[in-house]
Amino acid sequence: MSLRTLPLLFLNLGGEMLYILDQRLRAQNIPADKARKVLNDIISTMFNRKFMEELFKPQELYSKKALRTVYDRLAHASIMRLNQASMDKLYDLMTMAFKYQVLLCPRPKDVLLVTFNHLDAIKGFIQDSPAILQQVEETFQQLTDRYGGLSDGEFQLIRQTLLIFFQDLHIRVSIFLKDKVQNSNGRFVLPVSGPVPWGTEVPGLIRIFTDKGKEAKKVEFKHGGHYVTAPKEGSFELYGDRVLKLGTNMYSMNRPVETHMSGASKNLASRTQEIIAPNPLAKEELNFLARLMGGMEIKKPSGPEPGFRLNLFTTDEEEEQAALTRPEELSYEVINIQATQDQQRNKELARIMGEFEVTEQPKQSASKGDDLLAMMDGF
Amino acid sequence: MFRRERPIPLRGSAAPLCNNLSVLQVPSRNLTHFGVVHGPSAQLLSAAPEGVPLAQRQLHAKEGAGVSPPLITQVHWCVLPFRVLLVLTSHRGIQMYESDGSVMVYWHALDSGDASPVQAVFARGIASSGRFICVGTWSGRVLVFDIPAKGPNIVLSEELAGHQTSVTDIATEPAQGQDCVADVVTADNSGLLCVWRSGPKFKLVTQIPGFGVPCPSVQLWHGTVAAGYGDGQVRLYEASTGTLHVQISAHARAICALDLAPEVGKLLSAAEDTFVHIWKLSRSPESGHTEVEHCHGECVPDTQVCGARFCDPSGSSFAVTGYDLAEILRFSSV
Repeated sequence: MSLRTLPLLFLNLGGEMLYILDQRLRAQNIPADKARKVLNDIISTMFNRKFMEELFKPQELYSKKALRTVYDRLAHASIMRLNQASMDKLYDLMTMAFKYQVLLCPRPKDVLLVTFNHLDAIKGFIQDSPAILQQVEETFQQLTDRYGGLSDGEFQLIRQTLLIFFQDLHIRVSIFLKDKVQNSNGRFVLPVSGPVPWGTEVPGLIRIFTDKGKEAKKVEFKHGGHYVTAPKEGSFELYGDRVLKLGTNMYSMNRPVETHMSGASKNLASRTQEIIAPNPLAKEELNFLARLMGGMEIKKPSGPEPGFRLNLFTTDEEEEQAALTRPEELSYEVINIQATQDQQRNKELARIMGEFEVTEQPKQSASKGDDLLAMMDGF
Repeated sequence: MFRRERPIPLRGSAAPLCNNLSVLQVPSRNLTHFGVVHGPSAQLLSAAPEGVPLAQRQLHAKEGAGVSPPLITQVHWCVLPFRVLLVLTSHRGIQMYESDGSVMVYWHALDSGDASPVQAVFARGIASSGRFICVGTWSGRVLVFDIPAKGPNIVLSEELAGHQTSVTDIATEPAQGQDCVADVVTADNSGLLCVWRSGPKFKLVTQIPGFGVPCPSVQLWHGTVAAGYGDGQVRLYEASTGTLHVQISAHARAICALDLAPEVGKLLSAAEDTFVHIWKLSRSPESGHTEVEHCHGECVPDTQVCGARFCDPSGSSFAVTGYDLAEILRFSSV
């Protein structure tokens, strides 16, 4: 509904992706310099000026399929590789986390604070790279310029647009289940206690006025919740206390990205229409991807830098098992460009994709993960 | 005081839109019709008193150019003197059907002419007053359609200017007296309320300024405007003058729906804080002030409510829809 939603969607999902990758890189004991390179490459690609310019153009949100393709590309912007099963799980975690954050935002405009929380953390990842830091701060400025002056009504529209995008997603995430922020049926817990949003009064009071505008009577009523006044408002400045915890990194060494992901919601009937929309991709979506990816400058690996494969699961067997048992309705169907009918558009997109071709790595030693290095998702 | 009745299953979950439930009571046939927006489609279903679903139908927004199927913003039954029409608003335009949704009798495409590239174009806010159906738009303009007693010869009779931001909701006076000074109220995303007198030419009676917070839902009862706001407040104003009578800190999150049981003066408010509250409106005989009494509060756990309506004229039962919920929840008083 709102045409201003894509930057917020993209940046917040990207932020969650980085939290998860950071945690997995450490859990898998990837050498620090390699891990830093991966994060730097991805962040630098995300905040590329040309890419951001495309992103900030007023436009409708595209399908989950199209968006997933962008993240696939982003995750492979460096020397790291992910198998389909790991990429699926990564995307599941990213989307459910941001859905949770949007749903629980006290005020619709707090989604901007959530975005700033993600950006603050991203700046932490690239402290040693002033050039990339500059890119992130420019994006921060863009956000402030575009969203800082929007009305509450506009933010309400943005919130609705985001929730529509996430409608019917009920993947159970172990870390959410454990923290009791998600129920076993996949629904998020909506607490009825705590501070009210900034600018809202604690419910429970009826005030009656005379015709002259004087307060004639005050009556209390039992609201049913246990609310308290909000302590203070989060800061929308470049630096400041956001107050809101939504959008900060919930993963850490002690709280790993759980490898066990529960199945989908049983309510298969309520899938939104677009999930069962057939290939090929709509012409407009191809245009969108071409424009967006055109701005994505993927760094080619300099020299024979050996890549590595990241696993979102604890073992390779688990990853294989997850790939085999993934429910049909959750398959993201990464776009197969060759299957599209629009030859002209296909050529252009293939050209752009071609710029990103990574030369195959020579086979290294016979360690288990390395054989899979050579394969890339077929674009 | 209220107990949960058997929920009515929906084909698709309810979309996170405001006023996302319309109810048409047909007491003569012992039926209740429900309308819920899912996204690109809306579902109509009719149910017997115990909530047993009898018939259902899905309607879609009329296609047009665009990336994905257009989204529906609202579905609502309009009860006119000689007929009942079902109105569906979307990002493309306004569709009007016979009340069972079987036949489309009118289509009005929205004119996105002077929309800036950053503005979404849509229609939203539906209500009928006498023989007119009023529909709000993204620009703030309210379209007034003149509806004949039967047939498809519907005419756009007027475009009301009064709002600068997108219309959210429209309400009309249920009891149409001859000397009704103000019988239509329109609300918008900035919280501004416009009060009108309907007729062949609508007249703006008064404007009630907002305070920066959207007003997603509004009702009109015996000359009193009831407005629900994005900060959880419900305010009651004198329709003809705009004087504030009552201010209720009713909810902890944005209000998404208000409904009236006009025969008994009951008001229902529902919000994203998972609560539904029922209030009794009255006019104090001594002071003449409009008064409000809280009757009942119901928590719908872990559900961001998006629509709520009374299901009978005495306000002794109501229905609720929630974001991501593929059923209509029903409550009736014991």
